[in-house]
Amino acid sequence: MLIAEENQGIGEKTNMGTRTLAGGVLSDREDVTRNPIKIFTRELDMYYGAVRALQGITAEIKERAVTALIGPSGCGKSTFLRTLNRMNDTIPGARIEGTVMIDGVNIYGADVNVAALRRMVGMVFQKQNPFPKSIFDNVAYGPRLHGITDKAVLEHMVEESLKKSAIWDEVKDRLDTSAMQLSGGQQQRLCIARVLAVGPEIILMDEPASALDPLSTAKIEELIHQLRKNYTIVIVTHNMQQAARVSDFTAYFYMGSLVEFGETKTIFTNPTKKETEDYITGRFG
Amino acid sequence: MRHRLTKKSGNFSEWLIQKLLLLAGISSMLIMALIFVFLFKEAVRFFFTANPFDLIGKWVYDDWEGHYVFKMMWQSISEVPKYSLIPLICGSLLVAFPATVIAGVLGLGCAIYLSELAPSKVREILKPTLELLAGIPSVVIGFVMLAFIATFIQNTFHTKFRLNAFVGACGVALAVLPIMITIAEDAMRAVPKDLRDASYALGATKWQTVWGTVVPAAVSGISAAIILGFGRALGETMIVLMATGNAALVTGNIFSSVRTMTANIAAELGSVAQGSEHYYALFLVGAVLFTFTFVLNLVSEIVLNKMRQKLRM
Ligand SMILES: Nc1ncnc2c1ncn2[C@@H]1O[C@H](COP(=O)(O)OP(=O)(O)O)[C@@H](O)[C@H]1O
Ligand SMILES: [Mg+2]
Repeated sequence: MLIAEENQGIGEKTNMGTRTLAGGVLSDREDVTRNPIKIFTRELDMYYGAVRALQGITAEIKERAVTALIGPSGCGKSTFLRTLNRMNDTIPGARIEGTVMIDGVNIYGADVNVAALRRMVGMVFQKQNPFPKSIFDNVAYGPRLHGITDKAVLEHMVEESLKKSAIWDEVKDRLDTSAMQLSGGQQQRLCIARVLAVGPEIILMDEPASALDPLSTAKIEELIHQLRKNYTIVIVTHNMQQAARVSDFTAYFYMGSLVEFGETKTIFTNPTKKETEDYITGRFG
Repeated sequence: MRHRLTKKSGNFSEWLIQKLLLLAGISSMLIMALIFVFLFKEAVRFFFTANPFDLIGKWVYDDWEGHYVFKMMWQSISEVPKYSLIPLICGSLLVAFPATVIAGVLGLGCAIYLSELAPSKVREILKPTLELLAGIPSVVIGFVMLAFIATFIQNTFHTKFRLNAFVGACGVALAVLPIMITIAEDAMRAVPKDLRDASYALGATKWQTVWGTVVPAAVSGISAAIILGFGRALGETMIVLMATGNAALVTGNIFSSVRTMTANIAAELGSVAQGSEHYYALFLVGAVLFTFTFVLNLVSEIVLNKMRQKLRM
């Protein structure tokens, strides 16, 4: 699927952007390489029971930028993502070693409030998972959890979140209808709105568009582009072109290890490791 | 020669098994239909000799009062037999309703614990224990209620009657508890992990997730459990026969003796002359009971189906 049609011209500037090894082009965008570090993991190991799913991951994730995690199935992308908001805590037998620092705080420290952490680090799942409740109640779920009961305040938060996730115009006249009646793509944007409503700084997305049609996927990508200005985004994707299109940084995982991590521009045009190049050009994976 | 892909694969024994299963399915439906027809055919005969209004009450001359009074009584052995269904329905509700409330509260708590909170080791012990509870013959529960719990309840609440609706309700609650827990727990376990994850990822605690996501998503299943439990409670016979005192009174007092529709049939049908008005009256009680529980089962089935659809969407 991802075989590069032609090898000459890679890394060259075209009139639209930079051509990549995976085909397609990188769009030019403002430089975020000097943004401060938001998430820092050091020698992070993660185990499911006796099985080691991550080995010694050391990575720096920049603030207000999009970092894409790529790699073959089962290489630990989702696992890594879940260590960042401690969703692995809900899996019996899961355990980590090493540190994950967010804003300089070790999130596995003894005094960390996990609920507060998850409010700060929101998560969007692979399969859209709205609650079987109304659209309004879906978005208001988070704020209500955290003690907001005032109707006017909730209405304001719901509207703001739906606007930020670019779905307000499609649902503003039917906030009381069930979220289950929305299309898959709308449901996924609703799930993003639901996350935005709790006021996160980081948004984790695990293949958020893999179950969607191309048009809905394009909308999600456009949304990620918008959100990038205010949020730190870490996205897992199976789709090489998508990673090239949406991300500023790319991390290539293989068998639980972080093989290469750098600017998307570099990874997709001039990777330092042979394995990365093979994966990106579709020669394997 | 036929190709092996087009050759009929079924042989005689397979055909036979299919037909036998079909027969079993049809005959069980047929039996249901026959019970229904027989019950209602006999029940209708009551109206050949009696006034439909008798089912509510009768004007009877009262020697003490010296004038006619309207009596809502079930008094089948009497100079003027009275077949009012009111005290029986009243008794049935006064047992089944509190029983459902008790079993509902306990059962929901138990189901939440089993499906959401219990470590798998505890669950492995609790589930079979519950199934054992379901296997206790109701006569044993009735006996325990009558012999021990009734005294305890009388001493605690200082009730006038030792055997009363509340004692019966406690016993019936025990009898319907396992099925209610099973259905409610199934409903909660059927709530996809996705939804719990979504809730946790928004910063919800375990309890907030249970109460804000799992229980609302399973609400149809939980309702079905309660409705079905209520149906079972209405139909329960042996425990109420033993523990409620069997006085057919029209009352709202939960500590009063009552007689339920089921206990009434069980107590009287054995000694009644076949074909008498009394005999048909008892069938009528049975038909009313059947209708009650049939409707309740139907409603719970519809509610469960609705939930399955809702979660699938
Ligand atoms: N809940 C779990 N329990 C046990 N092993 C798991 C669990 N989730 C993932 N794994 C294992 O961890 C490895 C990484 O999985 P995952 O992070 O889901 O990979 P990816 O998202 O890159 O496809 C795989 O070998 C997978 O089988
Ligand atoms: Mg994954």
